[in-house]
Amino acid sequence: MSGTFVGMPAFPRAAREAVRDTTLRGNLRHATRTIRDKRARAVAELDDWAALREAGKQIKDHTLRHLDRYLVQVEEAVTAAGGTVHWAADADEANEIVARLVEETGESEVVKVKSMATQEIALNEALEARGVHAYETDLAELIVQLGKDRPSHILVPAIHRNRGEIRDIFRSEMSEWGRPAPENLTDTPAELAEAARLHLREKFLRAKVGISGANFVVAETGTLVVVESEGNGRMCLTLPETLISVVGIEKIVPRWQDLEVFLQTLPRSSTAERMNPYTSMWTGTTDEDGPRTFHLVLLDNGRTDTLADEVGRQALRCIRCSACLNVCPVYERAGGHAYGSVYPGPIGAILSPQLRGTGSEIDASLPYASSLCGACYEVCPVAIDIPEVLVHLRERVVQGGPAVRGGNRVVLKPAKGHAAERAAMRAAQWAFTRPGALRAGQRLASRTRRLHPRTLPGPGRAWSGSRDLPAVPAEPFRDWWQRTRGGKDGAK
Amino acid sequence: MSSRERVLGRVRRALADVPADARPYEEAVARDYLREHGQRSVAETVDLLAENLADYRAIVHRCAEEELPGLLARLLSAHGSRTVVVPPGLPAQWTAAADVTLVQDLAASTAPELDEVDSVVTGCAVAVAETGTIVLDGSPDQGRRRITLVPDHHVCVVRVPDQVVPSVPRALERLDPARPLTWISGPSATSDIELDRVEGVHGPRTLEVVLLGGS
Repeated sequence: MSGTFVGMPAFPRAAREAVRDTTLRGNLRHATRTIRDKRARAVAELDDWAALREAGKQIKDHTLRHLDRYLVQVEEAVTAAGGTVHWAADADEANEIVARLVEETGESEVVKVKSMATQEIALNEALEARGVHAYETDLAELIVQLGKDRPSHILVPAIHRNRGEIRDIFRSEMSEWGRPAPENLTDTPAELAEAARLHLREKFLRAKVGISGANFVVAETGTLVVVESEGNGRMCLTLPETLISVVGIEKIVPRWQDLEVFLQTLPRSSTAERMNPYTSMWTGTTDEDGPRTFHLVLLDNGRTDTLADEVGRQALRCIRCSACLNVCPVYERAGGHAYGSVYPGPIGAILSPQLRGTGSEIDASLPYASSLCGACYEVCPVAIDIPEVLVHLRERVVQGGPAVRGGNRVVLKPAKGHAAERAAMRAAQWAFTRPGALRAGQRLASRTRRLHPRTLPGPGRAWSGSRDLPAVPAEPFRDWWQRTRGGKDGAK
Repeated sequence: MSSRERVLGRVRRALADVPADARPYEEAVARDYLREHGQRSVAETVDLLAENLADYRAIVHRCAEEELPGLLARLLSAHGSRTVVVPPGLPAQWTAAADVTLVQDLAASTAPELDEVDSVVTGCAVAVAETGTIVLDGSPDQGRRRITLVPDHHVCVVRVPDQVVPSVPRALERLDPARPLTWISGPSATSDIELDRVEGVHGPRTLEVVLLGGS
């Protein structure tokens, strides 16, 4: 399996293959069900959950509404605290900035804290091309990196792997990257965690450059926040001499006080804990404690395009907790890889087509990767109405229309693949506005019902491939109504 | 045009459709949530802290001021520690009874040197009862962030009830964002294998919390 998402097939094709993989389905079912129940218990402990959720939504909406002002405030506060702020309009710019900053230190390796933003821009690959090795230090990211695999979950990128597979990857790959796995490594989670501890420790202790993302950036103080469990984040944030943080522009909250909402809702929504083991907060640099040089790279990469969409902009409230993945029936069966993006699951289905546009086959198919059951909306700690955005994006794919791409207003063409759907809708519109034709058509359908095929021919085949065609009644409803006067006579 | 101007320009154009919102920040967010959950006496809040610390596998001890040196000596000895790093402002009498070599927290000491140290003893800035969290802010009795990270055994002394707050909102009120802050809830852990929690990855695998002055 390749390490990138480039050229991914559309969701239905990728999902069809994934659901045939019984190991994958077993791994996902086990993991998502475990976390689902735990999350429900952690949330139930707080009787003001609904108010926290509403406050989180309002804080994010307010920030997005005044994002230009808060971005400038972040820049001022971080600079005043001793940091340097860089702006990146897209992935290439961000990668170029980071590569240059690393080269300026003279180092050829960096340690990384798990970060969705750097996954999104494929920073590791860009650094590798410049001769810089990036070591992932989050346990799940390490499993993905060692296995030359792709992430399949926002919080636990190796969720598709079970303990036995992880042991095999550690045994065969660790020696390639540094300290080999211990002899006789078993598949107990504690031993696997210990193997990762030993493997990474030498890298932490000699690292001169750390690269991170951030969960939050506080505008009034310039404080960055990283929420984690293992301590690899603390290692990368405090031991190196240089720290580079790549942060999406939607990660801002206006004030210090705002953290009181998200530090309650994020851990309970993501790992179902009252509080995650470690949270680091830093403001610029501190004399003789932690990195001496701090760079903040503010990343757009499609976020302002998303912000321009009235319905879709709510996706920028996302705090990357992954609760929506864990409850999603489609994610549980198809797994994360089928979504063809570092952002899988329901949030990925609305985020990827907005960040990247709906031009590719995979991105145009993502808004359909849902049954619209609404479980994702229910658990979202910032109340993103994911089904609403999915339907909105489906409309955009089918009908085309105005959108913003790369900061420019464009008019999207209707997708080609939906010609049959549009033709069917036009035919329906014609028939429904002509009662005579509708009646004749219904009678014809009823009389010929024994001859109807079980599946649709031609372009309708895909639709009926996973659905039963509705049975046509022996008599059209309107004929029955007229004949029986609405059933008043007791006639059938 | 610089990337800065490009991004800011895109943000402004993206928001062109949104009606002007003159509401100040204070009115934009309804803070209808609770400052703390439930009514508790001071003693009950301390009990909740102990309970939640233990729930996430921290080892909790309670002692009076005069018992502390003896307790610390026992904890360090039980862990088999011979070297202990201490921050510059840690009261000297706390570790006076321990039969260990004290290592000072110096700017010049390197991470590999710290890796050789068995334990670390610190105070804390604040402790959060509802979540079982201790927060360090780099004050003289807590030291640089790395001394509580690299050694495998962390003993943290919390003065109760003064340093204990009921909730996350109450903790943030007490903390200074200009200081480097580390929130710690139990020993290092991971949920990365089958989404099941396992203790002990990169941070200290043993976290002991001493509630000092509690009854």
